[in-house]
Amino acid sequence: MNIIVCIKRVPDTADVDIVVDKSGKDIEKSGLVFDLNEWDSYAIEEAIRLKEKLGGTVTVISMGGEDTNESLRKCLAMGADEAIRLTDSAFSGSDGYATAKVLAQAIRRLPYDLILTGTQAEDDGFGEVGVMVAKLLGLPHVSIVTRLELEDRKIRAHRELEGGLEEVVEVDLPALLTIQTGINEPRYVSIMGIRKVAKKEIRVLGLSELGLQAEEVGLRGSDIELERVFLPPVGEGAQMLEGKPEEIAERVFEILKDKGGLV
Amino acid sequence: MKEIMVIAEHRQGELRDITYEMLSKGRELAESFGGTLSVVLLGKGIRALAERLIPRAHRVYLIEDERLEFYNSETYERVLLQFLTERRPHLTLIGHTAQGMDFAPALAVRLGWPLATDCIGIEPKDENFTLTRQIYGGKINSEVTFLRKGPYLVTLRSGAFEGKEKEPLSGEIVSLPSPLTDEALARRFLQFVEAAVGEVDITQADILVSVGRGIKDGENIPLVKELADSIGGVLACSRPVVDKKWLPKACQVGTSGKTVKPKVYIAIGISGAFQHVAGMKGSGTIIAINKDPKAPIFSVAHYGIVGDLFKIVPVIKDKIKELKQK
Repeated sequence: MNIIVCIKRVPDTADVDIVVDKSGKDIEKSGLVFDLNEWDSYAIEEAIRLKEKLGGTVTVISMGGEDTNESLRKCLAMGADEAIRLTDSAFSGSDGYATAKVLAQAIRRLPYDLILTGTQAEDDGFGEVGVMVAKLLGLPHVSIVTRLELEDRKIRAHRELEGGLEEVVEVDLPALLTIQTGINEPRYVSIMGIRKVAKKEIRVLGLSELGLQAEEVGLRGSDIELERVFLPPVGEGAQMLEGKPEEIAERVFEILKDKGGLV
Repeated sequence: MKEIMVIAEHRQGELRDITYEMLSKGRELAESFGGTLSVVLLGKGIRALAERLIPRAHRVYLIEDERLEFYNSETYERVLLQFLTERRPHLTLIGHTAQGMDFAPALAVRLGWPLATDCIGIEPKDENFTLTRQIYGGKINSEVTFLRKGPYLVTLRSGAFEGKEKEPLSGEIVSLPSPLTDEALARRFLQFVEAAVGEVDITQADILVSVGRGIKDGENIPLVKELADSIGGVLACSRPVVDKKWLPKACQVGTSGKTVKPKVYIAIGISGAFQHVAGMKGSGTIIAINKDPKAPIFSVAHYGIVGDLFKIVPVIKDKIKELKQK
C-alpha cells in the first residue's frame, strides 16, 4: 500500500493579535509560530496507521519554501518514509487551483494506491485543493472523511455531513480522500524524534523537473487573485465586563439571575 | 441575457436552507444586472421540491433519475458537466456545504471554469465579481476577484446570506432527461448514519456551559463542569474538544454538531469559528470568556470577559455558590 499525503505549513493564528501588513494583501507574519496544518496532521497520522497495519510506504509532499522542510520533517518523524518539497519562484501567488496543478503533476510520477489530504487549510480555507488534485489525476475522491476502513482494493469511508449526520460510501482504489479533524489522535513528536530525521534527504522539485509551464502555475495559472485583506467589521459586539475577577463574577451572577441562567 | 444558476441542495426529502440563501442572493444579483435566475434540482421523486421553488426562480430545472436518489459526487459531476456546458450560465452558485465542498472543486476542474469557494459576500464588478472570504479562521476578511473569464463558479457559506422570501416569481418547471447510464461508478453511496446520541440532549437545555480549545487539556474539563453544575446548566463544547476526545460528539455545538437555542449560553475558551457560531447564535443571552480580545466570539456574544479562563471560571463558580446561598 503506497500512500501519498499532501501537507501545508501554516501560521498558528488562534490566540494571536493579527495585523494586516503594509501591502494590505496579507497579514504580518514575522513573529508568528508556524506548524503543520491541523487537518494535515490527521491525514498523515491516518496514512502512517494504514502503513503500520498493511505495510508499504508513506510519501509526504508539500509546496513551499525552505521553511516547509520543518513540517516535512515533522511528518518524517511521525513515520513517513519520504518527503518531497515542490518549490519554484514561478509557484508564488498560486491559489488553490494552481496549487492543485503543481501537486498533481508531482504525484503523477509516483507509484500510489491512495492519496490523503486535509479537508482544508487553517489559513486560506479554500477546501478545494484535495478534490481538484483527484480530478486532475482522474481519480475518484471522498471528502471530509471521519472514518475509513480498507477491504481488498476498496475503502469504506464515513463522510461528515451537517447536524451530526454521516454518510457511508465505498470507493475503489486508487482514490483520494480528504481527511477531517478528529478521525484519529495524531501522535506526539518529540524533539529527539525530529533530530533523528534531521539529516534525512528531502527531494526538491521545481517547475522544469515537474515538466510544467510557468503560465500554468502561480498567479497566471490561478482562478482568483487576492485584492486586499482587512479586519472584519465588528458587529454590535459584546458588552465587556471589566474589573477584578470577584466584581466580574458578581456581574455574571446578576446577569444569570436576570436572564434565566440559574436553576 | 445573463443567467444565474443555483444548484439546489436537498437531503432526505427536504430542501436545505442554503438553497433558499443562494436563491435570495442570486435573485439580488440577477436583478442588479438584469439577468434571469434559474435553479436546478437533481434527484429521484423530487417534483414536489421543485414545485416549492417556483416562486423563487424564473426557471426550475428538474433532472430525475433513480441513480440520483442519493447524492454522489460522480453522478452529480456527470449530470452537471453536461447541463452546465449546455446552459453556460454567467454564474453558478453552489453551497459551501459537505455536499458542495465535495463536488464543486471537481466540477470546476472538469468544466475548466474558475471557482471561488466559501464566499460570504459577492458583488458584481463589470463582467467580474468581487468576492469576500474569511481567512485565518475568521480573524481576517479578504476580497478576491476572478483572474480568468467566466462562466464562474462560486460556493457560498451557509448562513452568510438571508434566505428570505421576496415578491414571488412565476417560475416554470423544465424537466430534462438524465444523461446517466448504468456505467459502473468508482464511488458508491451505502447509507446514512446518525452520530451517537448522548445521555443528555443539549438541544433541550435552558442553560449551556460550553467549552472550547482554550481548556487546553481533557483533565481540565471538570473545572467547567463544576460551573455548569453550580448554575444547573448542561455541559457542551466546540469541535476541537470532540476531535481530541475530551467530550463525546453528542456534546458538540455547531454546523457538524447540534444547533442550540438555550436561554443562556456561556462560551468558555471558544474563539467563535463560524461553524460554532452557526450552532449557537440563536441563544437568548450569550456570555463569552476568552483571552483573545479580538476573538470572533465577542461579536456574537452579549457579554464578554477578556481573561484567563483558569483564573476567572473558579472565581465565578465560587461567587455563584456563595450568592445562591444568600
